[in-house]
Amino acid sequence: MEKATLTFTDVAITVNVPPGTRIIEMSEKVGSGITYGCREGECGTCLTHVLEGAENLSEPSALEMRVLSENLAGSDDRLACQCRILGGNVKVRPG
Amino acid sequence: MPSEALHLRPAAPRTTGPEGAVPVAHGVHWIGALDPGLRSFDVILKTANGTTYNSYLVRGTEGVAVIDTVKAEFAPAFFERLEAVARYDEIRYIVLNHLEPDHTGAVPELIRRAPQAEILLSPRGLPMLRALLGEAFATAQVKPVTTGHAVSLGNRSLAFFNTPYVHWPDTQCTWLPEERVLFTCDLFGSHFCDGRLFEDRVDDFRHAFDNYFDRIMRPFRSFVISALDLIEPLDFAMIAPAHGPILRAAPRDWLARTRALATPRTKAETAEKVLLIFYVSAYGATAQLAQAIHDGAEEEEGVRVSLFDLEGADIGPFLDLIEEADGLAIGTPTINGDAVRTVWDLLARLVDIETRGKMGAAFGSYGWSGEAVRLVETRLQGLKMRLPEPGLRVKLHPSDEELEEGRAFGRRLAQQLTGRAPPREIDFAELAAR
Repeated sequence: MEKATLTFTDVAITVNVPPGTRIIEMSEKVGSGITYGCREGECGTCLTHVLEGAENLSEPSALEMRVLSENLAGSDDRLACQCRILGGNVKVRPG
Repeated sequence: MPSEALHLRPAAPRTTGPEGAVPVAHGVHWIGALDPGLRSFDVILKTANGTTYNSYLVRGTEGVAVIDTVKAEFAPAFFERLEAVARYDEIRYIVLNHLEPDHTGAVPELIRRAPQAEILLSPRGLPMLRALLGEAFATAQVKPVTTGHAVSLGNRSLAFFNTPYVHWPDTQCTWLPEERVLFTCDLFGSHFCDGRLFEDRVDDFRHAFDNYFDRIMRPFRSFVISALDLIEPLDFAMIAPAHGPILRAAPRDWLARTRALATPRTKAETAEKVLLIFYVSAYGATAQLAQAIHDGAEEEEGVRVSLFDLEGADIGPFLDLIEEADGLAIGTPTINGDAVRTVWDLLARLVDIETRGKMGAAFGSYGWSGEAVRLVETRLQGLKMRLPEPGLRVKLHPSDEELEEGRAFGRRLAQQLTGRAPPREIDFAELAAR
């Protein structure tokens, strides 16, 4: 199985995860400050800044694109409740 | 001071509304409502002096703008004042600086009466507007605006400044440069009802201004500072908030007062990182753990560690300390499957200050099941704190080995603050138990 790692810089923890994992599933468990609100891609609470490996994340859906836009998010920001790591290494911190 | 406003009766009773729309500046009228009977706002704030819902109408040579509205039950007074100074078909813009219900209660009806009006709001306000309007959103004229955007009313214009989290994500300020009026919605607001409306005419409301900041804005104090930095360069002669008196005599003094309120109450004495350890102990076991964590954390250079027994303490003064701290560790025994009441009292009060991004941790002794630590961790995560160390739980009194683990726990917490914590790599499966 392809490996993937997610690094949360605010708690200095890297997690080996199965490809397809949503960031929010891990961020809560490792105690990262990437926290959740609605979990439905509506509120923008889980805004996450991608420091490295943005190309290893799933493409944003139309819903995520809209919420990112409405939250004036930068080009390196994603919603932790929406995007999945597809493989490789991704490094994130709270947005 | 705008001369149009001088006709106001100087001794108008404080809870009696002014008749009709009130001139505020040239081409600007107050068309809001008084709510002298309000005694509690948003459940969280006592309002012994009631409040006002300030809405404003700006007239230019090429149309009219309405800035914010009122709470729904006061819509009749709002519409009556609006109709005294404008026709609905003249309304070109409806500016929503903030979409909380006390400012948007008349919006659905206003849009029905002025369907041609373009609604101007921050992009973050869009989800709230969709919820507010329901099916009517699809046919409404909606334009998101942010810093750098402006619209024209002919001889007057409105420019927008995105000032999020003062106190909702959607908040913005609107600037009328030709009259040097800054419309700030809840920022610079106060719950104080006085029909004379203006800062230099109303009763002393300084306590209401400060209390409003403490209860509404303080949890977002760093966002308030950012907002002040953004708007301070404007050459404003008047601040027109959405609650309480209009600030025209000394608006810069009110800005300075707000900046002071947004500055942490206890000044950091050193450049050291600050770790606060709070605990409650039933039989002394959690106290032993707290002391061990304290001793371990103290071994890390560059961290000032303090230990506090919460039992019998007043929680209020601790909030100032916590606001300044970099890290917070909370110890509680598990009693009846829960953290103890004193700990919950502290955790409940943390909503009054800014906690986002601080480091948090939980620990405690237990007899049977030990749920309290996880419950406290969940609460700390809900306060948007980061919890790099899984909570430390000990059954009954800690052994020597467990006290050493407590010291190691303290060292690791301190290292998280200094940035010297070694990076860790863990497997997905290990997290299943957390």
